Amino acid sequence: MTTDVRNFGATRPRDGKLARLLRRIALLRESPVGMIGAGLVLFWILVAILAPLISPYDPNANDFEIARDWYPSARHWLGTDNQSRDLLSRIIWGSRTVLIVAPTAVGCAYVIGCLMGLLAGYYRGWVDLVVMRISDIILSFPVIILYMIIIANFGPSAFNIILAVTFIAAPQITRIVRGLTLELRERDYVAAAKMRGESAWYIMLVEILPNARGPLIVDACLRMGYTTIAIGVLGFLGLGLPPPDPDWGGMVKDSYALMSTYPLMSIIPCMAISSLVVGFNLLADGIREIGLRD
Amino acid sequence: MTGSTKRPVLELVNARISYFTRAGEINVVPDISFTLHEGEALGLVGESGCGKSTVAFAVMNYLGGSGRLTGGRILFEGRDMQKMSAAELRAVRGNKMSMVYQDPMSSLNPVMTVGRQLMEVPIIHEGASEAAARERAIAILKEVNLPDPESVFERYPHQLSGGQQQRVVIAMALMSEPSLLVMDEPTTGLDVTVEAAVLDLVVRLRETRNSAIVFISHNLGTVVRICDRIGVMYAGELVEEGPIGKVFRDPRHPYTRGLLDCIPVLGSDKRSAPLVPIPGQVPPAMARPRGCVFAPRCPHVVPERCSVGDIPTSPAGGDAEHLVQCVREPELPDYRRPQASGPIEAAIEASEPMLSIVHLDKVYRQAGGLFDSAGGYDVRALSDVNLEAQRGTTLAIVGESGCGKSTLAKVLTGLEKATAGKVSLGGVEIGDTAVENRSRAVKRQLQMVFQNPDSTLNPSHSIGYAIARTLQRLKRLAGGLANREARGLMETVKLPADFVARKPRQLSGGQKQRVAIARALAGGPELMVADEPVSALDVSVQAAIINLLIEIQRQRGATLVFISHDLSVVRYLADRVAVMYLGKIVEAGTVEQVFAPPYHPYTEALLSAVPIPDPDVKQKRIILEGNIPSVTNVPPGCPFATRCPRKVGPICDTTPPPELRTPGGHRIVCHIPLEELTVVDPVVKRAS
Repeated sequence: MTTDVRNFGATRPRDGKLARLLRRIALLRESPVGMIGAGLVLFWILVAILAPLISPYDPNANDFEIARDWYPSARHWLGTDNQSRDLLSRIIWGSRTVLIVAPTAVGCAYVIGCLMGLLAGYYRGWVDLVVMRISDIILSFPVIILYMIIIANFGPSAFNIILAVTFIAAPQITRIVRGLTLELRERDYVAAAKMRGESAWYIMLVEILPNARGPLIVDACLRMGYTTIAIGVLGFLGLGLPPPDPDWGGMVKDSYALMSTYPLMSIIPCMAISSLVVGFNLLADGIREIGLRD
Repeated sequence: MTGSTKRPVLELVNARISYFTRAGEINVVPDISFTLHEGEALGLVGESGCGKSTVAFAVMNYLGGSGRLTGGRILFEGRDMQKMSAAELRAVRGNKMSMVYQDPMSSLNPVMTVGRQLMEVPIIHEGASEAAARERAIAILKEVNLPDPESVFERYPHQLSGGQQQRVVIAMALMSEPSLLVMDEPTTGLDVTVEAAVLDLVVRLRETRNSAIVFISHNLGTVVRICDRIGVMYAGELVEEGPIGKVFRDPRHPYTRGLLDCIPVLGSDKRSAPLVPIPGQVPPAMARPRGCVFAPRCPHVVPERCSVGDIPTSPAGGDAEHLVQCVREPELPDYRRPQASGPIEAAIEASEPMLSIVHLDKVYRQAGGLFDSAGGYDVRALSDVNLEAQRGTTLAIVGESGCGKSTLAKVLTGLEKATAGKVSLGGVEIGDTAVENRSRAVKRQLQMVFQNPDSTLNPSHSIGYAIARTLQRLKRLAGGLANREARGLMETVKLPADFVARKPRQLSGGQKQRVAIARALAGGPELMVADEPVSALDVSVQAAIINLLIEIQRQRGATLVFISHDLSVVRYLADRVAVMYLGKIVEAGTVEQVFAPPYHPYTEALLSAVPIPDPDVKQKRIILEGNIPSVTNVPPGCPFATRCPRKVGPICDTTPPPELRTPGGHRIVCHIPLEELTVVDPVVKRAS
């Protein structure tokens, strides 16, 4: 009874699915823009994974021997900050914060947004009305103020940042998923599923959601970029991770007062943030491009 | 025909057309030649993917960024289109040649009024004044038979119906008095009665203007109405070309014969003249076979002669007007439409009703706006529908779009609930139960085949999953058993069993529709509802699917409710027919009764509008004026009163007509007495 009919092509080797997935990813090669984006993102993922191996110093250690000579040298390739902490090491370790917090937050937002959007779009009527009005209320607040209220109330921590991002992004995702669901629920295969007696949850999750994946993957990529910016902004406002742990936004904030005298200290974390955001956006463009071709 | 004395408008000389993609050059049309003189109309027919539209775009020299003429010449009024400058091309395109596409909405600018768009043509091309342009725009709207041209002039495209939009597009194409008009499937999206009116318009304009027309269609019937010559295209090649009469009476190319064998001609049915589909598919342009392109699908193929070298185009039987590209042409036997080989079986006359519908109403409540004190209005999609289908027979429901036939299908399948009345399936009442609340037994008994092959299967699921899942749900089969039975069902619908691992996008339209039939068969249904299952398919695929439905019905004794707008298909397939108009049944009876007098005036008009691919058939011409009224505003009397050519008087507008019954069970809902309806001539007659 529980035999998995989904792996129907039993004649095929088990890795057929994985191979097909890899082949789809390999399609990205045909989009130069997407390749650049994927390269940037992959670069930062590798940096985050290998942080303990490649980082030359402890990111929180102050190098008292260099006195006030913060500029790049053979000892500190990117220089140090005003507390004589190695910038390169801080950037490397800071990438971990962003690359853990952003995907987790976007993932949580997607789980909630997809469920709400599916419910609203599939049932319509009063369910739709309630879900969409709640979303509208959340969406009507200025994002920054909402962040500040949430973080200020619950205190700055990685968990609370994820909570805040989820709370703000979920309604936006709900809107997208609802729109896609409204269209997909009218497809004949949904009617066919109803006619063989499938439950509403099965129809929403197995018949409708997989076919909404194209636009959602693109949106998720873009949203990772926005979330990276949001985390940076929170860090800059002092609502990021509590010190002394490195976080890119917080690094920009620390350099704020020295901007005119020692700009390098703010430029480097800014470039890190930008390159990751641009990477996500280009990747989204590339995926959209090959998606259109398909 | 003395075409040679006329001035040639368009000449294609060994034209070779290719598209350039990342994969390299794809040669879509290897070599095509034809000449079109002024006042002539050439119909190009063939299955989809045969290069018809490519030729049309090449004629306009408008192949886009990726297409190019890579050999030969295309001469327009004696001038080589390739050698014209951009400015010359622009002048020729708007002025001397015009094109009409399939979808009128995409040809019209939605933010400009119809009048503005028409006025642009003379203003831009001839530098006409506002006033003069306006006058001409209104005159041309009058000429294409649009009612009240002044008001149409002021309207936006979305405020017009599909048929009116297409007339506006034709008006725009005619505005500059072109010497060449290219029409690419101009009536494909339209209802038959509207299509008939548009086709008549094209014929009339052709006579008055003497324009040459290239008319592209997949529907051989429309070509017979419009054109005097026909070109049959297959895989980018013109395999047969000649005057309509000659090609239809004596088709010399096996592909032309195959096409004719695929289409039901009004008047033939499944018992007397079976449809013979062409096996196989059109080869993709990259994999064109050597020698004759049609050889792999040809019943007359002799490989050592057909697949060796280029096939020359030669006059059929020495007739210079009738050209055929086939080496075996002189030896082919005379063409005869296929006849039933075995004894003709009688129509099944079972008495037990499988489905009975009594006084069925379906009303959609349209919610009013927030500040609307009236609180919305009702849309009566079905009104007092009474029907019966006997076990093992086919009940066809015909009518134009918006007549309620799809709503009826939804009520039967439980996707919508009936507002009033009864629907009983083998004695079980199902009309008031939505599909979620139906018992598994009822779900097994009643399944549906949908219209659109692209939306009927979930693109994320494999074919095998779609069928096996249905078996699991309806028959409670375990996974392994379901998989095995799914393979069995694939065989029933004549698909290779290893297709189960494929995704829908790896299948052609006809194959998808076969899978949909297999899925519907999974529960072993006693009643299958098929909503336009073949209308999106090419004729040869259509024939194969129809044959499959007939075969399955014979094997399993299932009842079929077949919903269609195509009267030829219905005549061929159905045992009983119901004609619907605006949610009401206006005529019902056996297929022989409905397709012969007495007719309801609407049925008569429908029959007269069906394009018949046979130049020897004489058809009465009944042109319906106006459009189908909106379902929100159904006339209180007879629904058809607003367009009826045989209206008796004010009684039609005010009093619902009575139901007239013949002793044979033929029902007609009309104010005209039965005797008077009986004395009309049949609409379709063969010239003897």
